[in-house]
Amino acid sequence: MLEIKNLSYITDDGAEILRNVSLTVDERFTAITGPNGGGKSTLAKLIAGLYDPTEGQILLDGVDITHMSITDRARLGVSFAFQQPVRLKGLKVKDMLRLAYGKDKKRIDYCSFLSEVGLCANDYINREIDASLSGGELKRIEIAMALARGTKLTIFDEPEAGIDLWSFQNLIRVFEKMYEEHQGSIIIISHQERILNIADTIVVMKNGELAQAGPREEILPGLLGSTTREACGVLLGKMGGEK
Amino acid sequence: MIDEITMKLLKEVADLDALPTGAYNLRANGKGAGRNTTANIDIVTKEDKPGIDIYIKPGTKHESVHIPVIISETGLKDLVYNDFYVGEDADVVIIAGCGIHNCGGSLSQHDGIHTFHLAKNAKLRYVEKHYGEGDGRGKQVMNPTTVVHLDEGASMEMETTQIAGIDDTIRITRGDLKAGASLVVHEKIMTTGDQKAKTDFIVELNGEGSSANLISRSVAKEHSFQEFISDIRGNAPCAGHSECDAILMDQGVVSASPRLTAADLDAALIHEAAIGKIAGEQLDKLMTLGLTREEAEEQIVNGFLS
Repeated sequence: MLEIKNLSYITDDGAEILRNVSLTVDERFTAITGPNGGGKSTLAKLIAGLYDPTEGQILLDGVDITHMSITDRARLGVSFAFQQPVRLKGLKVKDMLRLAYGKDKKRIDYCSFLSEVGLCANDYINREIDASLSGGELKRIEIAMALARGTKLTIFDEPEAGIDLWSFQNLIRVFEKMYEEHQGSIIIISHQERILNIADTIVVMKNGELAQAGPREEILPGLLGSTTREACGVLLGKMGGEK
Repeated sequence: MIDEITMKLLKEVADLDALPTGAYNLRANGKGAGRNTTANIDIVTKEDKPGIDIYIKPGTKHESVHIPVIISETGLKDLVYNDFYVGEDADVVIIAGCGIHNCGGSLSQHDGIHTFHLAKNAKLRYVEKHYGEGDGRGKQVMNPTTVVHLDEGASMEMETTQIAGIDDTIRITRGDLKAGASLVVHEKIMTTGDQKAKTDFIVELNGEGSSANLISRSVAKEHSFQEFISDIRGNAPCAGHSECDAILMDQGVVSASPRLTAADLDAALIHEAAIGKIAGEQLDKLMTLGLTREEAEEQIVNGFLS
């Protein structure tokens, strides 16, 4: 269980990005949504340890991880799939999956992780994580790495961006499979109605504050009825959305 | 007689656990220490200066030549001239390497001048690895010079690696290419401490359809200094590309001076250079996989130089 208590984040140059956010995550899928610049990614980075909060507390299964290093959090069971995956010249897809899976574990089935995200292992395991990969390919490899880690908490920052040639249905299947296998909580930052549709809990962030949080059944109708519908359903028309 | 230090150095520079099969010439402490020739590959000691001539018959395929040099005596300065004649349509691999083990207080130095003559349509992969070790105060110095003459349609791929232990190095490469010839150079260098490494390439693309691709990846750690100079001269319709990519750590310094000279309207020449520290987000990514900052740096550097 992840508990966030009165979390605030002010940048070095004084900008207040996150204000007094409190939240408990104990379900399968929690979706964090809201307008751009609302503080969603910042919250994810504070949980993963990429940023250090100015005030407040973060607990993972009762352990205070507020000021813990990225490494220690990762080892405790926090995974974070970046919105913009990093390119690393010389490191190969298999190297990254190997690191994600655990250096010391013996056998790794690269093929299973890559095929889950719709990539053929033969074509990809020896590819370098460099400019030769498209944004969409990198994004899927990022998701495969989260799968390989299989931790008790996984945060995806806008996983749908750039998965053009793949489908939402597959992405959702990946989340469901992750949950079936590891029973961990999954936090997904997303604007997509199809992803919000599978969430147990929906959290809405606006202007650095938690605007709403609750079960999907309560939150989603309001979102769809408001101007946020537009922001939530960018691709809806194109994809023949059901609503 | 091959001792333990020699075997260890052989392993480092040529990945050999024993004397190689096929053609080889082992030079240890300035003297010949073993040689084997085959039906297609002959190795002859030069009479006018130190070094060997290596003759590879036209059409020779799937053969390799190992020419490791080992220095384990402190204070030894070794200068050697090796000439390689690769016959028409041959397709071979040459593995050179120099290992210095210097436990004494004096400077040990190996300067190898390698000249390659590739006949028409010959194909060569040339692998060169430099390694130094030793706990003495004596420096390890290596100055390899590589001269490449490529006849029509010949192609050469050169991989040079210098990862550890060489205090001072000036690496000079000169090439001239006839029509349809191609030269690819992959260079990997890591310097630490107060080491200095200078790389100096000049490639003349003289024939129509010739091409050169110089790729240098380097890491400068601690107080080390690296200089990368490349000059690709397009004297005919040709394609030239050079790329210098360097990771800077600690107080390392890297200076890159790319130069392109186009003397033909259809010479297409490109240079890319990027020098910088490891990006924070790269470290962050690997740390989110459970690596410490030090482990993440090591992964990034090893991958970059792999």
